[in-house]
Amino acid sequence: MTGTMTDKEMLFEYVLRLADDHLVLAHRLSEWCGHAPMLEEDLALPNIALDLLGQARALYTYAGEIEGAGRGEDQLAYLRPEHEYRNLLLLELDNGDFARTMLRLYLFAALMELFWEAMLSSKDEMLAAIAAKAIKETRYHVRHSAEWVIRLGDGTAESARRMNEALEDLQPYCSELFETDSVTAFVAKQGIGVDPATLEAAWQADIAKIFREARLNGDTLADGYQTGGRSGQHTEAMGYLLADLQYMQRAYPGMEW
Amino acid sequence: MSTNEIPLWEVFIRPRNGLSHKHCGSIHAADEVMALQAARDVYTRRGEGQSIWVVRSADIIASDPQDKDELFEPTADKVYRHPTFYDIPDEVGHM
Repeated sequence: MTGTMTDKEMLFEYVLRLADDHLVLAHRLSEWCGHAPMLEEDLALPNIALDLLGQARALYTYAGEIEGAGRGEDQLAYLRPEHEYRNLLLLELDNGDFARTMLRLYLFAALMELFWEAMLSSKDEMLAAIAAKAIKETRYHVRHSAEWVIRLGDGTAESARRMNEALEDLQPYCSELFETDSVTAFVAKQGIGVDPATLEAAWQADIAKIFREARLNGDTLADGYQTGGRSGQHTEAMGYLLADLQYMQRAYPGMEW
Repeated sequence: MSTNEIPLWEVFIRPRNGLSHKHCGSIHAADEVMALQAARDVYTRRGEGQSIWVVRSADIIASDPQDKDELFEPTADKVYRHPTFYDIPDEVGHM
């Protein structure tokens, strides 16, 4: 389906993927609000969710401008059917326990730190500007989640068990982070985006450093096999997620506050 | 997780350069690194700070409330210690 896309459609698709990644993970993290194991994390996780939501808003607004069909951030974020969402499957999975939530956040944030750093020099001024804001937020997300991964992985027998289980659950979804196709090839060639495959080695190295401290074995992170998010083929979790996420706009179309 | 493994920390925030760190509350955290992060997440969400100190609450030596008469009462009648008997020029600014 990407074979016949125009340049504009490719850029739209690229920005939409990024926006969907951030919206979906923001939603998952926001589910911890009021449920985190301690007050400090009850604030920390929604803080991070709000950072991601802010990034998603900027990206959706820009995607809407690229598309030029009059769709704004709310239409793009809340009023598409499931198969039009382009997020990574990793990000839509249920939170699971606190260990899995933190590990997922870390795996994604570690990638986004490399990604936004590269995007600082994007030839697309809007994307470079979004990167400049996002990189500071992302560095904190990495720091916060990595410290938890270390403490849980190298913590008690119970926390280590949970962290290892989380790694086993999430490992199949990690290869999708580095998938390439005609869209990523196009933006990389134009100097406006990043070929995700070029980030994989650095990502593996960053993670290996944290995993060593966390006593986790990340050797199989490159052997994931789950895929489909970028073409709108989602896991079972996605429908439930969207039912929650879209409720307000579906029930009260055009609602603003 | 028992609370023994997650001790209490006192948080001090410096709102701007030139001002001193001020106590603003406390948080729970497993160690000093997590304490700084928790303090950042709990107490600087609205741009309150430029710098954070955290100190384990258990490391603070506090005066005994029962000693308050002998410690603090004697200063009550020594008004001459207050710098209220001369004017401070405006140019001196914040003291």
